[in-house]
Amino acid sequence: MRIHLPNSAFLGNIDPFLRAFEPSSPDVLEITANEKWISVHPVVLSMIAALGVSIDPRGIQCEKLEARSKHYLVRMGLFKILSIPPPQDIQMVEHEPAGRFIPITQIRTSDELTKFITEMIPLLHLAQEQAKTIGYIVSELVRNVIEHAHSMYGAFLCAQYYAKSNTIRIGIADTGRGIKTTINQAYSVTTDLEAIQLALWPGITGTTRREGGTEQNAGAGLFFIKSIAGVNRDFFMIYSGGAFYKLLRRPSSSKLRLNADPFKDRHSIDDELPFWQGTIVGIDITLDQTEEFSLLLDAIGKTYTNAVKERKKARYRRPRFI
Amino acid sequence: MMNIDIFNRAGAFAENKDIARDIRIKELLPALTRGEEVTLNFNKVEAATQSFIHALISDILRKHGADVLDRIAFKSCNVTVKKIIEIVVDYMLEGMGIEEDENHD
Repeated sequence: MRIHLPNSAFLGNIDPFLRAFEPSSPDVLEITANEKWISVHPVVLSMIAALGVSIDPRGIQCEKLEARSKHYLVRMGLFKILSIPPPQDIQMVEHEPAGRFIPITQIRTSDELTKFITEMIPLLHLAQEQAKTIGYIVSELVRNVIEHAHSMYGAFLCAQYYAKSNTIRIGIADTGRGIKTTINQAYSVTTDLEAIQLALWPGITGTTRREGGTEQNAGAGLFFIKSIAGVNRDFFMIYSGGAFYKLLRRPSSSKLRLNADPFKDRHSIDDELPFWQGTIVGIDITLDQTEEFSLLLDAIGKTYTNAVKERKKARYRRPRFI
Repeated sequence: MMNIDIFNRAGAFAENKDIARDIRIKELLPALTRGEEVTLNFNKVEAATQSFIHALISDILRKHGADVLDRIAFKSCNVTVKKIIEIVVDYMLEGMGIEEDENHD
């Protein structure tokens, strides 16, 4: 496998980075980087961690880093989680992480997640409404991995606060069975992109076709997360198998409208990406435009109930008069 | 009347579905099956995920029907928690409508 850290890979311009990922030879991971500058979304680091942890550290090669921002990879805990030394002695001044970032963290169980969220929220020094939103996102996304990915390595998560844009960027990756396999337990989908579309639809879960889901799963988590990004005019991306869906930023002039069908949102897709065994989710939350969570829930509730009504309507049959 | 304190079990951010399932199976469901009334006390709970509330009450609604809501009181919920509960109840009741329709076919 080979992964190249470019000078810039954020959700708005992440597509070329994903296309350049080389998944062959799964026993080896080669990490290369831009020589001048490395500035990447946390989702990129979560991906590398998820890939690297599943292989013997002796199979991981990281070239000598020349970029001035190389210390960022050390600070985010990349080499530590990969169990390899940094490729060279990287000098840096350590700052307290409070209010700035969450280093790469591996979460495998429900209790680990609860402990992580309890410790994470004070670290980010957020206002109460913002803390609710971030906690909500992390909980739902990591629980999806714990319950559906069936990966012995669990979820890899990290986050970074960017003062200039007042944004928190979060990335979560796993190397589990992927969305298509999960959705196919209850639905018949042939492509990774179809599976992503269904997974983002409210009330669709891989655990059952029954409306309302099972006693433990409703199939609403990803729809809620996409809606949070949509309402706040932020990016959201999901990549599984060979397919990628990205919710694009809504222009500030456009009226709020949540759609049950993710393909009706302003989005981009790619279904010919290098195969990622598992699922990756990235999201940005711009804090100064975060809608009050309770207002967001009004819009989500309305869209969700309408989606159920639509499915109900679709099941009715009219008499055929010939 | 049974009183279940959610904060004592799940903390200020109620998100652990395993805890929700335990409350449902060990306390909520048996009490309702015995015909008792139950108060779910959300005092000091600042937020809850949809997944937590779903794991707590969706199966109760499915097993006992909408009328069970007459015997459950949701106490001291803030606006966020109230709205999450309303979302879960709404989609469950709508969905149960579909199941009932199909059973009548």
